[in-house]
Amino acid sequence: MCGLNRQVRETYADLIAKGVQGNQRAVARFLSLVESEDPEAVSTVHSLNRGATWAPVIGITGYPGVGKSTLVNQLIRLYRRQDKKVGVLAIDPSSSRTGGALLGDRIRMQEHATDPGVFIRSMATRGHHGGLAQRTQDVVQALPALGYDIIIIETVGVGQGEIDIVTVANVVVAVLAPGLGDDIQAMKAGLLEIAHIVVVNKKDLKGADTALRYLKEWVPCVIPTQALTGEGVEEVASAIAARVVRPQPAGTVAHSG
Amino acid sequence: MAGATPLRVLIGKVGLDGHDRGVKLIARALRDAGIEVIYTGLHQTPEQIVASAIQEDVRAIGLSIHSAAHKTLFPRVLELLKAQGAEDIVVFGGGIIPDEDIPILHAQGVRRIFTPGTPMQEIVDFVKGLGQ
Ligand SMILES: Nc1nc2c(ncn2[C@@H]2O[C@H](COP(=O)(O)OP(=O)(O)OP(=O)(O)O)[C@@H](O)[C@H]2O)c(=O)[nH]1
Ligand SMILES: [Mg+2]
Repeated sequence: MCGLNRQVRETYADLIAKGVQGNQRAVARFLSLVESEDPEAVSTVHSLNRGATWAPVIGITGYPGVGKSTLVNQLIRLYRRQDKKVGVLAIDPSSSRTGGALLGDRIRMQEHATDPGVFIRSMATRGHHGGLAQRTQDVVQALPALGYDIIIIETVGVGQGEIDIVTVANVVVAVLAPGLGDDIQAMKAGLLEIAHIVVVNKKDLKGADTALRYLKEWVPCVIPTQALTGEGVEEVASAIAARVVRPQPAGTVAHSG
Repeated sequence: MAGATPLRVLIGKVGLDGHDRGVKLIARALRDAGIEVIYTGLHQTPEQIVASAIQEDVRAIGLSIHSAAHKTLFPRVLELLKAQGAEDIVVFGGGIIPDEDIPILHAQGVRRIFTPGTPMQEIVDFVKGLGQ
């Protein structure tokens, strides 16, 4: 059994090395180990040099069906045109009763499925509350070390309890769509409070103008989009870029502006 | 829940026909049986299915095929998996597939074919059995 043991020990470094070379199976395997809380995989992630492999983490949140995945799909397109490698984590809740989950966000992103520069992973929350999956933080830390330049997290934000995304993402984009009615009141204490950027998607639908006007009274950065066609997505990307500042190594002075 | 990683399965539909009622029912039944189901939607190519299955690190791929192209689509999926060293991912499927083609598909490496009218529980039991 020593052979087996050695193989197991080599696995972590091997997987990372292969992942960096573009082997998606190795990336996927490593993420599964991290996700299943394999102690050695997790400590490997923690020991990776974060300073050298930093990548911005963009959190996309909002009520079910507002167009988050469609918007993520467009952002992937845009970042791919800039030749950035994109890692996407799409999080959906596990059933508290059965532990099962139906993970369907990738449906809207399948045009990128075979692009070697895009890695999309669906994650179930596995009993974790707060809108993220149990090991989101560790998986997010692993992706830059595996060669990804931009990380996008999609998560369902349904209320005040679902706002863990602020602890993981450098910039939080809350997506809204017309027809939410008086839910806006509840959002003021939840999503809107944590969002750096608010997107009113489905601007082609009736009610978008009213929502936009109303929101502008409450939040500094509101952008209308039509994610299906890509309209407004460049503005969203610019707003994201303006928010994301790479942490400066100790001893240097950060430039602002 | 450390250690007890739920079984992950990808369910998708390849080919041209646009009916997804049956495949969605299966996806829901599997979810209700405690499985993490990645659903890729309609009109997938074998390339998209295999790339997705690899990224999602699933135990199995369940394909619904209602166009007569099952004779080319299943082997293509198996071939792509093999090319990526991922032949440990189990492939099963369902659809209107003539009885005489089923042994051929099995011989090619498709683990199981479910024909219309198969009780849902049989499919669920099969998939859960892959986790043991
Ligand atoms: N009219 C209109 N429909 C859109 C737009 N963007 C997305 N949709 C549609 O809205 C529906 C939901 O889109 P998704 O991208 O799946 O929304 P989501 O927020 O990711 O949904 P969940 O992940 O289920 O919460 C789909 O039918 C999209 O086609 C838009 O700009 N205008
Ligand atoms: Mg979605």
